[in-house]
Amino acid sequence: MVEILFFIAAIGAIAGAVGVVVLENPFYSVLSLVAHLLSLALLFLLLEAQFVAAVQVVVYAGAVMVLYVFVVSYVGGQNLPIRAVNSPSLRIAAPLFAFCLFVELMIATLGTGLSAISSEGPKLAANYGEPEQIGELLLTKFLLPFEVASFLLLIAAVGAVMLARRRRGLDEPEVPAPLGLLRPAGTGTMAESAGGGFFRKSTASASDDSTSTGRDLG
Amino acid sequence: MSINWYLAVSATVFCIGAAGVMLKRNPLVILLCLELMLNGANLSLIAFSRMWGNGDGQIFAIIVMVVAACEVTVGLGVIVALHRRRLPIDADELRELQG
Repeated sequence: MVEILFFIAAIGAIAGAVGVVVLENPFYSVLSLVAHLLSLALLFLLLEAQFVAAVQVVVYAGAVMVLYVFVVSYVGGQNLPIRAVNSPSLRIAAPLFAFCLFVELMIATLGTGLSAISSEGPKLAANYGEPEQIGELLLTKFLLPFEVASFLLLIAAVGAVMLARRRRGLDEPEVPAPLGLLRPAGTGTMAESAGGGFFRKSTASASDDSTSTGRDLG
Repeated sequence: MSINWYLAVSATVFCIGAAGVMLKRNPLVILLCLELMLNGANLSLIAFSRMWGNGDGQIFAIIVMVVAACEVTVGLGVIVALHRRRLPIDADELRELQG
């Protein structure tokens, strides 16, 4: 049973990862990554890390991926095909390098003959991987990383707001409202009384006329 | 299941992510591939945590998730800012990131 679940989850995780790289449309890449993350959560459950699996589903596949979907639809996913890579040598070198890395990792993890690695692991404590154990570790042994991570999250949130906010001078030049152009001058709106547009010019010329005629009369 | 299998899956996912980072030009997809690499590392951490039978690796994985979330927010903010300035969303065109 465990074996069947493992192979289903592992094939799902690897297929999702391949889909992220292979699919052309960024939106489909994001959806593929969601499938990958859900399969990975199943693998975490098989490793009896229940809390991390829940965090993976809720935070990663839920929150972070929604953020991705929003940005992809905002930017309007420009599907640049892989073939548009400038140098053709990179197209050959990148998979080659990745394959070399894969072989190296396999040698490092599996080929060294670590006897402990090829076991199923020790007998676990009753509360292994549960929120109780995670919370206790976070607040006792790993208190400093916990606090540093909270500060890091705060800094990242402030930085994201600063980066993505609308700045003056960067946006498109202000287009005059169509209603203001259609309206005839001198109709007594708030904008005119504040001294804008056509009304100021027409009143200035009118006052010039009135003073000149008054001087003539006097 | 032996821990070996989990490590093999983890290495595969990590390498696919590395290949994607090198191949892709769209910064959004590059960020996605970075997520893949981080998740491959996370799977190793959880597998080693299971191997040793204590929860330290799981704490490490959670901290990695926090760092990944920070990286995503800042990276997506940069992409939104690029889009606002009408710059091309293309990692090859964006060789100079000053001002």
